[in-house]
Amino acid sequence: MAGLSLVRVVKRFGTHAAVHEVSLEVRDGELMCLLGPSGCGKTTTLRMIGGFLAPDAGDIRIDDRSVLALPPERRPTAMVFQRFNLWPHMTVAANIAFGLKLRRLSPDAIDRKIRDVLALVGLPGSAGKSPHQLSGGEQQRVAVARALVLEPQILLLDEPFSNLDARLRVHMREEVKQLQRKIGITTVFVTHDQEEALTIADRIAVMNGGVLQQVDTPAALYGRPRTLFVADFIGTMNLFPASALPAGEGIAAGPWRLSVPGARWPEGAEVTVAVRPEDLIVTPDGGAATVRRVVNLGHYLQVLLECPGAGLLRMFTEKSAPFTEGQALRLGIVRALAFHDAEVVEIGGPMRPSLAARDRGAGRPDAP
Amino acid sequence: MTAVQAAAGPSAPPWFWAIAGMRRALALGAFLALAAFILGPLLTLLVWAFAGAWLFPNLLPEFSLTWWSYVLGNADVVKAIRMSLLTAPVATAASAVICIPAAYAFARLEFPGRRLLLLSFLSANAFPKIGLYVSIATLFYRLDLMDTFAGVVLVQMINTLLFLIWIPTGTFRGINRTLEEAARDAGAGPLRTFFQITLPIALPGLIVAAMFAFLAAFDEAQGTLIVGTPNHITMPVMMYTLVLSYPQPVGAVFSVLLSLPSLAFLLLAQRYLRAGYLAAGYSL
Repeated sequence: MAGLSLVRVVKRFGTHAAVHEVSLEVRDGELMCLLGPSGCGKTTTLRMIGGFLAPDAGDIRIDDRSVLALPPERRPTAMVFQRFNLWPHMTVAANIAFGLKLRRLSPDAIDRKIRDVLALVGLPGSAGKSPHQLSGGEQQRVAVARALVLEPQILLLDEPFSNLDARLRVHMREEVKQLQRKIGITTVFVTHDQEEALTIADRIAVMNGGVLQQVDTPAALYGRPRTLFVADFIGTMNLFPASALPAGEGIAAGPWRLSVPGARWPEGAEVTVAVRPEDLIVTPDGGAATVRRVVNLGHYLQVLLECPGAGLLRMFTEKSAPFTEGQALRLGIVRALAFHDAEVVEIGGPMRPSLAARDRGAGRPDAP
Repeated sequence: MTAVQAAAGPSAPPWFWAIAGMRRALALGAFLALAAFILGPLLTLLVWAFAGAWLFPNLLPEFSLTWWSYVLGNADVVKAIRMSLLTAPVATAASAVICIPAAYAFARLEFPGRRLLLLSFLSANAFPKIGLYVSIATLFYRLDLMDTFAGVVLVQMINTLLFLIWIPTGTFRGINRTLEEAARDAGAGPLRTFFQITLPIALPGLIVAAMFAFLAAFDEAQGTLIVGTPNHITMPVMMYTLVLSYPQPVGAVFSVLLSLPSLAFLLLAQRYLRAGYLAAGYSL
């Protein structure tokens, strides 16, 4: 087992920088998710770790030794690929045995390891089957077994469950998480599915446009996004424009005036306010809003509200709350984030349009 | 009510059912026409090949093997058969050794002029063959390749290039690159990866390509006629002589002999194309 570190890694395709100066520390035994929209450079990063692409600059270190000079077959990494990737001309056992044979293990040892690893991934008795006799989920389990049996120091997973149906995907990621905990292997997991990342990762590295945006625990990423991109990408977020008032007066955002502790923004500066749907409340002294649509999402309601100056806002409330479409109400903000250029300020405490400017000190500054 | 409707199956307008008989008759007619078109000439050939005396009122001739013993008893014919069965496999194998690595390069590497080079393999088929062979003959004269085994093999190889480049290129392209990467990841070097992963997965496609190439080499007549006469005569070249100077059944017998390899390969191809792992290799 070992830690992995990327040091200012750069990869260019032509003039386009697919990965730009990414530095990342993955601790021993940690499950790190690389998360981002397609084309953000997450798979490119993973392929560089696996040795399938050479970075144009920077260093990749495993156990504090640079692995840049090593081809994939010499790196202590094992990869599980996105698409069903078992060798179709070999049985399950032969697929798993391939790497073991290269390591010159005795036939007995190979047999034992195949049996053990198949039991580990929950597929005992499928050793003699052909890949095309297995379901998609079973194929990916075998792929995981094929990677794990070589006892790599780092396990790399490239959207391994994206081709499975939703129910199976949820099931498989739980299994992988448990397996990873059990054997304590350092793992890098690439996904574009934030729910997948939030549920299984110890920490998540969010990427966009080849740039690493933020590396944090799922809770921190959700609660304190550092960039506008992360705020928008992780979870559901209401974003609306605001402008800075004269110094000390806070910002004007739709019907609200919000105090922004610690911020010194010039008057009229463009600010973006980010509010989670669960941080919107109905309060008698809030800003005016109209209910446009009520969607029952099972255990909670999603209410779409039109708020003059802030556009359409989404609010999550408990199911028993009485809302009708067209209803007028007053809306308050419990907690919000204000983004201006590279700066982000956390605004806490119940916000009231009349009191907001006076309500200093309720929030906690969060310098980027 | 609903059960009855369900039993009636998908509903279609009434006219659809009214002309059901006509549609079936049309389909049968089309099938018979196609069968006659494909099998008719072959049947005629077979009838002629086994024909003895064929007198006026009889619809079919007497069955006889005389022409077979005549053809197979001819020393020149036997020599031509031997020559064909030697040159065609050698030409196919030599071509495969050259073309399959090239096809892999075409499929996997990006290099300048890739498309142009790939298209250039069509050039041998783009011009009238006879002109090509005549200029090849002048070249072969200078290289002392006329009337040699090597010369015949070289001429036959020209016809196999297209099949052994294009089909394997497509086959290799169809193999997911990550299958190879997974092997590298497991510890195999590039060569081992090619021979243990890529090649076995590509094998059905390569076999089909080799069959086409073999048939192209086996059926090659013009070039072999120009380069190989008088001592290196293959079956298709022999065919010219037989058709021109012997009774019709001799040509028919020889045609049947010439089509045997195609028939054998057809059966083989069917066997290989049905193998489950072909589908698995391409669709996944």
